[in-house]
Amino acid sequence: MAESTAAVKKETIITSKKKWFDFQWKELWNARELIFRFVHRDFVSGYKQTILGPFWFIVPPLMTTVVYTFIFGQVAKIPTDGAPQFLFFMPGVILWGYFSSCLLRTSNTFAGSAGLFGKVYFPRLTVPLSILTSNLLTLGIQIVIFFVVFLCYYLKGAVALPNLWILTLPLLVLTLAILGLGVGSFVSSLTTYYRDFAMIVSFGVQLWMYGSCVMYPFSQVPESLRWIIALNPVAPIIEWWRYACFGKTSMNPAYLGLSVITTLIICCIGMVIFRRMENTFMDTV
Amino acid sequence: MSTVIKIENLSKRYRLGVINRRMLYDDMQRAWAKLTKREHLATKLGQDGQPLVEKRGDILWALRDINLDIQDGDILGIIGRNGSGKSTLLKILSRITAPTTGSAIIRGRVASLLEVGTGFHDELTGRENVFLNGSILGMRDREIRQRFDEIVEFSGVEKFIDTPVKRYSSGMRVRLAFAVAAHLDPDILIVDEVLAVGDAAFQSKSLNKISSVSRDGRTVLFVSHQSSAVEHLCTKGVVLESGNLVFQGTQMEALDHYVQSIQTKKVPLSERTDRRGTGSLRIQEIEAYRDREKSSGVLSSGSNCDIVLHFKQFQERVYHSLKVEFCITSLYDAPIFSHHNRLNGTEFATLPKEGSFVCSIPRLPLPQGTYRLKYAIRANMDYEMVDAVDGAAEIHVEGGQFFPTGENLRTHQGVSLVDAQWHLE
Repeated sequence: MAESTAAVKKETIITSKKKWFDFQWKELWNARELIFRFVHRDFVSGYKQTILGPFWFIVPPLMTTVVYTFIFGQVAKIPTDGAPQFLFFMPGVILWGYFSSCLLRTSNTFAGSAGLFGKVYFPRLTVPLSILTSNLLTLGIQIVIFFVVFLCYYLKGAVALPNLWILTLPLLVLTLAILGLGVGSFVSSLTTYYRDFAMIVSFGVQLWMYGSCVMYPFSQVPESLRWIIALNPVAPIIEWWRYACFGKTSMNPAYLGLSVITTLIICCIGMVIFRRMENTFMDTV
Repeated sequence: MSTVIKIENLSKRYRLGVINRRMLYDDMQRAWAKLTKREHLATKLGQDGQPLVEKRGDILWALRDINLDIQDGDILGIIGRNGSGKSTLLKILSRITAPTTGSAIIRGRVASLLEVGTGFHDELTGRENVFLNGSILGMRDREIRQRFDEIVEFSGVEKFIDTPVKRYSSGMRVRLAFAVAAHLDPDILIVDEVLAVGDAAFQSKSLNKISSVSRDGRTVLFVSHQSSAVEHLCTKGVVLESGNLVFQGTQMEALDHYVQSIQTKKVPLSERTDRRGTGSLRIQEIEAYRDREKSSGVLSSGSNCDIVLHFKQFQERVYHSLKVEFCITSLYDAPIFSHHNRLNGTEFATLPKEGSFVCSIPRLPLPQGTYRLKYAIRANMDYEMVDAVDGAAEIHVEGGQFFPTGENLRTHQGVSLVDAQWHLE
């Protein structure tokens, strides 16, 4: 006991002033176990008292893919760059599902955790980071299912093996995670002032999906509208992953670079605003 | 001895009227109203000339220029009326909200218990919640594992540790939660009235735990309404009064100062401004009559007394059903007993313009001492608040003949007196 009190103690300074880019990484790193506790909590509580339990990880993307195959494939007959329709829609649905879930859930950080934030201090970023992590587990399971389906098609001879770009998948997912975190923390901060942003984001995400190459390949986007894709960081990521799976794209890889840069900028803005809000949001909520 | 918390010129400002969630639409409306120079709905005036909704600029200083040094090993009691800024101070020191100006420097690990069981999740088992709650409070997994057995033993819920906490009784929940918090091993412990939970045995266990924390040379900040807890537990005390630090000294001095400050600040009830309710009827004066003598005075234990609330109607109204309630509290606002007219079926309906509600209490069961009285008057089925004032009057009780022998008990022996017979079998 004596040494511990004699040792240099952590000094905390509480003021109203705050540096713009001081994200307190060290404190966050020390709280890493808390992130996993939150992930564990979400997992255990999420599927208690459900009949299908963990099947809920894979049912929604499979059902969505089936519906897309019917509507966009059979009815609207959107070309798929030669890939089997079901297989074509699935990777987009999965990746988009990850992104939108990250975005929607992190948007709710402040409003949803007000009770907790009002009573105890811990690094606030642990909440959105735990959301990204728990969604990552869901995504992992879904990707495994996708590869199983892919393998079936491969054995039937319908597709060739994916190319080596498939190894960039972790980076693509990371970019989506960072983007979801950035936009989510931005919205979450604004929601503490204006509840309207919660509404905007819930339908905004749906509209965003239509501009993200989820149910159509890049090759189908008219030249004149491709600048929209360039502005939307999600589209190149989804297109790039489909390129890795099916080996065909007409997208310039520079779009991907642009997407990463945009993502980093958005994330920076989101985090700075999040950090500025976390000190005072209890006074407004 | 060294300073572990150094607070310098700390202030916290709240903007009234923007505390609630705002809507973008509403703000745009305001902006539009400003542009077109029209009066916005929200700034229209009420009947009494006050804006119906607080104007944007209204501010409240919850804390003002607080300077305080807290030494290693101090157990500091923070005393003050409701709304004096105690909770705000604790919230700032626990980093839940930031100060508006000024700073506080804290040396060492802080654990704050502003609530017991923060972050407990119903679906998780007791074991899982110990880990979750411990992590939230800042413990590492290793530490929790080391102390897990101790925590469970302290809480006394060993048998149910693998049961989801939604099956726990509220008492078990609180015990488990406090056990986690008690084993945090912080350098500085911040506690806010959490001791008001659990049964008496557990409360004393918790108090012992807190005092043992301080015996190890650690620092405790403690906010409580229980004067006895502050008296026995704390070594030092500060008094807050509407955001200002007005006294600093030993815990006994601080308690004395607090009691004096609320006694000397006597504004006649009819001129009090800290009222709640619509104000269509207001209590103008409160008197306590002893033994049916129609004059205000000092009551005595065991005497028959009348609590008389003189009212005046400010608006002609018909009340379908009026609930006149008062509560006798200790000087530190801890409730002792309450009564209201509906408890024994009395209804007040048509009232004169001026009059009195009288509550007769036979054989006053209070030991000698000074008490405070707060009241609330509600009307109709929806319990619309008509008038309410906290600390509306002071009631002095002197020793008397409650017991046949005339012996008088003191408040520290219990806050109320009961009739009892003894015999041998």
